[in-house]
Amino acid sequence: MASRYDRAITVFSPDGHLFQVEYAQEAVKKGSTAVGIRGTNIVVLGVEKKSVAKLQDERTVRKICALDDHVCMAFAGLTADARVVINRARVECQSHKLTVEDPVTVEYITRFIATLKQKYTQSNGRRPFGISALIVGFDDDGIPRLYQTDPSGTYHAWKANAIGRSAKTVREFLEKNYTEEAISNDSEAIKLAIKALLEVVQSAGKNIELAIIRRDQPLKMFSAKEIELQVTEIEKEKEEAEKKKSKKST
Amino acid sequence: MALQDVCKWQVPDTQGLSPHLPEAGGWAVPRGCDPQTFLQIYGPRLAHGTTTLAFRFRHGVIAAADTRSSCGSYVACPASRKVIPVHRHLLGTTSGTSADCVTWYRVLQRELRLRELREGQLPSVAGTAKLLSTMMSRYRGLDLCVATALCGWDHSGPALFYVYSDGTCLQGDIFSVGSGSPYAYGVLDRSYHYDMTIQEAYTLARCAVAHATHRDAYSGGSVDLFHVQESGWEYVSRSDAYMLYMELQKAPGLEQEREPEPEPEPEREPEREQEQEAEVSQVRPGPATPQDAAGGGELFVEPEEVTAEDDGITVKTEMI
Repeated sequence: MASRYDRAITVFSPDGHLFQVEYAQEAVKKGSTAVGIRGTNIVVLGVEKKSVAKLQDERTVRKICALDDHVCMAFAGLTADARVVINRARVECQSHKLTVEDPVTVEYITRFIATLKQKYTQSNGRRPFGISALIVGFDDDGIPRLYQTDPSGTYHAWKANAIGRSAKTVREFLEKNYTEEAISNDSEAIKLAIKALLEVVQSAGKNIELAIIRRDQPLKMFSAKEIELQVTEIEKEKEEAEKKKSKKST
Repeated sequence: MALQDVCKWQVPDTQGLSPHLPEAGGWAVPRGCDPQTFLQIYGPRLAHGTTTLAFRFRHGVIAAADTRSSCGSYVACPASRKVIPVHRHLLGTTSGTSADCVTWYRVLQRELRLRELREGQLPSVAGTAKLLSTMMSRYRGLDLCVATALCGWDHSGPALFYVYSDGTCLQGDIFSVGSGSPYAYGVLDRSYHYDMTIQEAYTLARCAVAHATHRDAYSGGSVDLFHVQESGWEYVSRSDAYMLYMELQKAPGLEQEREPEPEPEPEREPEREQEQEAEVSQVRPGPATPQDAAGGGELFVEPEEVTAEDDGITVKTEMI
């Protein structure tokens, strides 16, 4: 029955579904994982880097992009769609500054992206964008924010979230491990993001891309070395924790 | 042109008409004239003369204006309102053509209300000034004349912008607009400093407008005073301009001691206030306060410049 109602997106199915939008969400689930964490003084974005072919230049694949000095986003899903959305969002950030004389708030740009996505679910001849986005940043009032949008055009604020492949596993991990003390410290928040990604990423540190924004500071991308450092620290802590456990039991 | 020299009419500096806007129609003009030039020479003299001022200081933004609407030598309205609220934290002083000012402010009020609903927060003064100047710049060359100072308190504190209908948008601490503005600037520049008290600011604003109404034929009537604070704008007072000026004239000179004057009681307080303020403002050239003999040294050096009016400021605050 679904096949009769999934050709044109402007058509509702009898039980109230927009099938094209749901198929777009399936496309998102095929994309590589991205995780976002909102700390007290920091926001962290981590993505799983897909392994590139031997001859491909790694640096051209970018899944974390700055929208303005104080806002950045990561996405999961169709890269080409994301490119279009990111361009429009960047232009809107500057237009906002021109007309209103103030930089965008994170909520404003998220609402803009969500409205853009919704428009494409309601016009004929177009398909929805096949991406979910995690948008992080600090507002003028110094409060950190994390928002997630999906292909249907809805957006919500989150304390921590994951999108893409194995998002469910990562989200469950975050639900267990996101505590006030885990995010109070900047480095702890970074480690939490890496730990969450390590749950689902193969061959550890090489396949992780990480970016942070601290209050009043621009986006900082972590180099491969820095990520390696973090990963080795995490593994050390794990070993020590296990040693303590085994000592106690014996 | 000879006729313009005789009438002392200044040709406004205008560009060509915008191609996207309709022609200014509705005037039947003689063959060979274009409506704009014709209006400039023979058209009705629209209400233009005024004195408005605004300045920002630590405790907010003060806006003051006279209330005379003149049409050439005819006073169309002696009690008009030239300070228009735009939002609960925003005021605009208007000068130029009254009709243009009122119309554009209504449009601005609507746009700001929509912005507030969309964004969930009060619009900033900078954004409002930007919006007004872009709205009006589309009509450049069509004889729109709106010169306004937007006063408000937003997340960046007290803010003041000057917007002119050709699209000028300037930020500043003191602005005075209108035919009486040179006189007002003289008084303002003399006594303005950012750390004034609220009473000093009220007195300064009233004094500046009163002086301007005394000399400028197109300003007069009463003096409106508004104050924008963090909690929003408030209408402070309306005082008759002539009465105000006479009070300022009556005040005694600097050299005299502070004798008890035959005035009603409430006046005592501002004197005491001024004494304390004078103590604080010893280092800065503030309004003259003769009680402060010690700190008055710098002021006594120039006996004639600090005239009786300055004393009057401190004494007469409450009576008006």
